Amino acid sequence: MMMREQILALLERNSKLQPEEIAVLLGSGADLIRDEIRKMEEERIICGYNTLINWDQAGADKVTALIEVRVTPQRGQGFDNIAERIYNYPEVQSVYLISGAYDLLVILEGKTLQEVASFVSSKLSTLDTVISTATHFILKKYKDDGIIFEQKKKDERMKVTP
Amino acid sequence: MKNRISEKTAQIRPSGIRKFFDIVAEMDDVVSLGVGEPDFDTPWAIRDEGIYTLERGKTFYTSNSGLKELREEICRYINRRLGLRYDPAGEVLVTVGGSEAIDLAFRAMVDPGDEILIPEPCYVSYYPCAILADAVPVTIALKAENEFRLTAEELREAVTEKSKILVLPFPNNPTGAVMRREDLEAIAEICIENDLIVVSDEIYSELTYTGEDHVSIAQIPGMQERTVLINGFSKAFAMTGWRLGYCCGPREIIRQMTKIHQFAIMCAPTNSQYAAVVALRDCFEEVEKMRESYNQRRRYLLHAFHEMGLPCFEPFGAFYVFPCIREFGMTSEEFATQLLQEERVAVVPGDAFGESGEGFVRISYAYSLDALKLAVGRLERFISHLRERRNSR
Repeated sequence: MMMREQILALLERNSKLQPEEIAVLLGSGADLIRDEIRKMEEERIICGYNTLINWDQAGADKVTALIEVRVTPQRGQGFDNIAERIYNYPEVQSVYLISGAYDLLVILEGKTLQEVASFVSSKLSTLDTVISTATHFILKKYKDDGIIFEQKKKDERMKVTP
Repeated sequence: MKNRISEKTAQIRPSGIRKFFDIVAEMDDVVSLGVGEPDFDTPWAIRDEGIYTLERGKTFYTSNSGLKELREEICRYINRRLGLRYDPAGEVLVTVGGSEAIDLAFRAMVDPGDEILIPEPCYVSYYPCAILADAVPVTIALKAENEFRLTAEELREAVTEKSKILVLPFPNNPTGAVMRREDLEAIAEICIENDLIVVSDEIYSELTYTGEDHVSIAQIPGMQERTVLINGFSKAFAMTGWRLGYCCGPREIIRQMTKIHQFAIMCAPTNSQYAAVVALRDCFEEVEKMRESYNQRRRYLLHAFHEMGLPCFEPFGAFYVFPCIREFGMTSEEFATQLLQEERVAVVPGDAFGESGEGFVRISYAYSLDALKLAVGRLERFISHLRERRNSR
């Protein structure tokens, strides 16, 4: 793996790792790593350092919905323009252009079902180019971003073995 | 009353690790760096195959030498990795872990009085297995200044007319040492000269960090015909509890080994064998990820030891580091016991792997980075206390 990929693989799993630690793990120099990270931030390869939270466990009131959106692409703009009009809403978490039966997959977060439903009917469906929407509410998250949400397992190995 | 216990068995000392394990087992809140098995779960595809074959009721004996499919996959794998050809019908035997293969190899080849050369420090079972096979175990003390590699001079000094087998345990548990091609060439020359058969235990072959491929002595010209190559699934695929290993070698030796295996074991666990087929077919990407992870932890530990001023040669294999603790004027066992009592960190005294391991401790990095950091913090505190006490004397 190239140095950049190795740095990204480590940060993707643990964004709290410091350049000095990454340097040790990869057998490289801290200055070099710091520099590479800065460059990747500038190039928007690294776009942020978020925390992966199991909100169910936190007991927070949160509703997540996946909304399939079919739209009419616009001449000269394709889907970008309509995507932008959707992703600018702060309650929209993610917007993906999708191949297949519909065009955009919108992931929306709200406090209640009503809040999400009202966003879809009053803001999303009313956009000119939107042909139809189908809303799916997420009931439980088992795994997100490669991390399984259940409790960490204990180390069940014997403590000393040859 | 008749003596109920065989004298031969009674003379075997219990493993030094066992003694230490008993102490550790009594204690709570121990941070252990003492295990000899991967911390990863077996890759899901392998477990899934295990479940699937159980559901399908594939629960019968396999042939003595192992599932044909598995033997074929093993041969393909060895051909891919080492460029060697073995015939799945007759030159491969699937065993219950690599350890069974060690036992079988000795018993199939030696007569009373034959000498088995065992470089130490090494895995704990060669010596007792040699005794159980009525052989004379002859240990060769490897040295830290050679980074615990076996040198041609050391081997030449140990060889006698009675020498029959040389055990080659690399990448090595407990030192992490690996043999380079030029080291093996020099060893091979002596083996051919003295008509030695090599039992090459390569269970850690997938876990090397030199950036180059693992080299087997069987690859050196003239050696495949005098080598019993032992490997298995425990370390590379994190499959210790599945108990599955294998060996490849000259047909006449494998035939005798299969005979003992047939009467003592019948066949390796069927379920594990089906799962292992998937391991060899589909799981090398996972192996690569695990290796990368081990390598990062290895670098982390070496860096930490360097910071603490604890001398340690750079090991390029397995998942162990073997730092020297002589400066503290204690035996390995004293050091390990005191570390356990004062800081609740478990490491294994080096002499549990042979006398030449005295003055060293084995530290395993088959742990998450967080666990290693916790342990390193405690080790550092322990060491600085020892140094303070020494300096104030």
